[in-house]
Amino acid sequence: MKKLAASLLIGLCAFGAMAQLAKAQSGPLRIEITDGVIEPLPYAVPDLVAETPGSNQIAKDMARVIAADLNGTGLFREIPAKAHISTITHFGSPVQFADWKAINAQALITGGVSVSGNELEVKFRVFDVFAGQELGNGLRFKGTTDGWRRMAHKVADAVYSRITGEGGYFDSRVVFVSETGPKNDRKKRLAIMDYDGANLQYLTDSSSIVLAPRFSPTGDRVLYTSYETGFPQVYVLNVGSAQRRVLSNQSGTMSFAPRFSPDGKSVVMSVTEGGNTDLYKMAIGGGKRVRLTSTPSIETAPSFSPDGSQIVFESDRSGSPQLYIMSANGGEAKRISFGQGRYGTPVWSPRGDLIAFTKQNKGRFHIGVMRTDGSDERLLTASFLDEGPTWAPNGRVIMFTRETRGSDGVSALYSVDVSGRNLKRVEVTGGGSDPAWSPLQ
Amino acid sequence: MKHLSKVALLVAGVALAACSQPHLDGSGTGTGSGLGEAGSASDPTSVAYFNETIGDRVLFEVDQSTLSEQGRLVVLAQANWLLANSDFTAVIEGHADEQGTREYNLALGARRAAAVQELLVSQGVASNRLKTVSYGKERPLEVCSQEACYAQNRRSVTVLTAGLSS
Repeated sequence: MKKLAASLLIGLCAFGAMAQLAKAQSGPLRIEITDGVIEPLPYAVPDLVAETPGSNQIAKDMARVIAADLNGTGLFREIPAKAHISTITHFGSPVQFADWKAINAQALITGGVSVSGNELEVKFRVFDVFAGQELGNGLRFKGTTDGWRRMAHKVADAVYSRITGEGGYFDSRVVFVSETGPKNDRKKRLAIMDYDGANLQYLTDSSSIVLAPRFSPTGDRVLYTSYETGFPQVYVLNVGSAQRRVLSNQSGTMSFAPRFSPDGKSVVMSVTEGGNTDLYKMAIGGGKRVRLTSTPSIETAPSFSPDGSQIVFESDRSGSPQLYIMSANGGEAKRISFGQGRYGTPVWSPRGDLIAFTKQNKGRFHIGVMRTDGSDERLLTASFLDEGPTWAPNGRVIMFTRETRGSDGVSALYSVDVSGRNLKRVEVTGGGSDPAWSPLQ
Repeated sequence: MKHLSKVALLVAGVALAACSQPHLDGSGTGTGSGLGEAGSASDPTSVAYFNETIGDRVLFEVDQSTLSEQGRLVVLAQANWLLANSDFTAVIEGHADEQGTREYNLALGARRAAAVQELLVSQGVASNRLKTVSYGKERPLEVCSQEACYAQNRRSVTVLTAGLSS
């Protein structure tokens, strides 16, 4: 199969002429992301300036990807090109702030693109129109022409970051299970794509059921469960080469629900033996499995805290599935979910402060978040079947699986802001389930 | 510069699609990929006899992996058949309905398969003739999202294979 590793070297440097230190988010142009709904910030991103012959298309396309990223957050509203009074014909020319003020563009993004062979260079600036000044310094990225989308995402990440003060998440990927066929004959295969659905590639064929892929901390490997042997077992797959190997294959047992430790060295997973499911940890290179729980109840869906010291997981030891936290070495576990209903698939946020989970209550499913001590539970979604949250690398957005009911029910990927705003379907060809968001690339 | 107004809005849940009618064609054959319906159901040593007359499947209550009295009788009959037909091995599949997370349902299906396995072994069926596998909610037999279908999907299926023990 095609080599997946992006053959992309990104050079990142401030312009020499603007090498003074960036002002640390001191400008007035700022979106404070709160739990309420905010009025999206109006901005303009004219086509980037094509600085070499033959770069016109990429210059236009990159502006569209930048805009799609920003608009997709629900925090920004683009003022369309047809409303623009000024045009940007030279990257270095002074900005006519009055023309952008007149159309109420609070932020303006300008950029220049040059192409030499398959090398692509993009530079950009962000302006606070009403303050009449640049926001931070211009930046320049170098890469290859086939990586132009990634470079556009990097620009958008930088803009997002400057205006919100949060880390970005656009230059990221999602590994998931692509689904086709009817509900009682569903074909599943692993697939990977950019976070926005572009550059879809398949990592396995559909000859065996595959479930719940999870990225390594560096995004180069994926853990998942496959029925390749006829029995569910955990595999690790190299994203670049699509080479895979079974991680845990002990006859008479099944293993599933794997997840990497934050240092990428070990894997925690469920192992079922004699009908009983417990949590185990093992080195990614293989070797002995260490048992972390030892109860007759079901223990599954483990997820590490970002510092690797704790594991949140799901257990029905109390009689119904609930969330618990224990040391990463096992031992006593503390229950953290006490609301009505059943809780499952907890996932620790990259910031460490929240746990996202699936909740089932009164015949409905929800994606929700709570603090790590179980307080401040908030449900972000409600539907016939929502499950399996995964965090964007900046901890602001959650992607999950939504399945519709009935004989023609299908699975699709959705995302929602951690505030509960901006629920939307992720554009993917065909059905999809079990998304896992990569770290920022 | 203008202040960004903050407006509290509730995120509306997405309206549910209308519930579709169940497909109650009753033609489920499990997900077994064994040898199929070898032999005639009138031959008591055939797979077809086991599947149809003895009964290859057992249904479970919501969230339960305990065999019902009726389920127990089916498994006891399976045990007798396996004791009398020692050339066969079996994979016991455990399944769950769609009301539950993928991970939990995998574990629940494993409990169901194990419940059947334990009873078979307690009746003298050699444990090396039996394997279990859970499909969780991955292989529904019935596809409506109503209890009538869920009840058929919360099942174990004993899938026979003729030939060598592992």
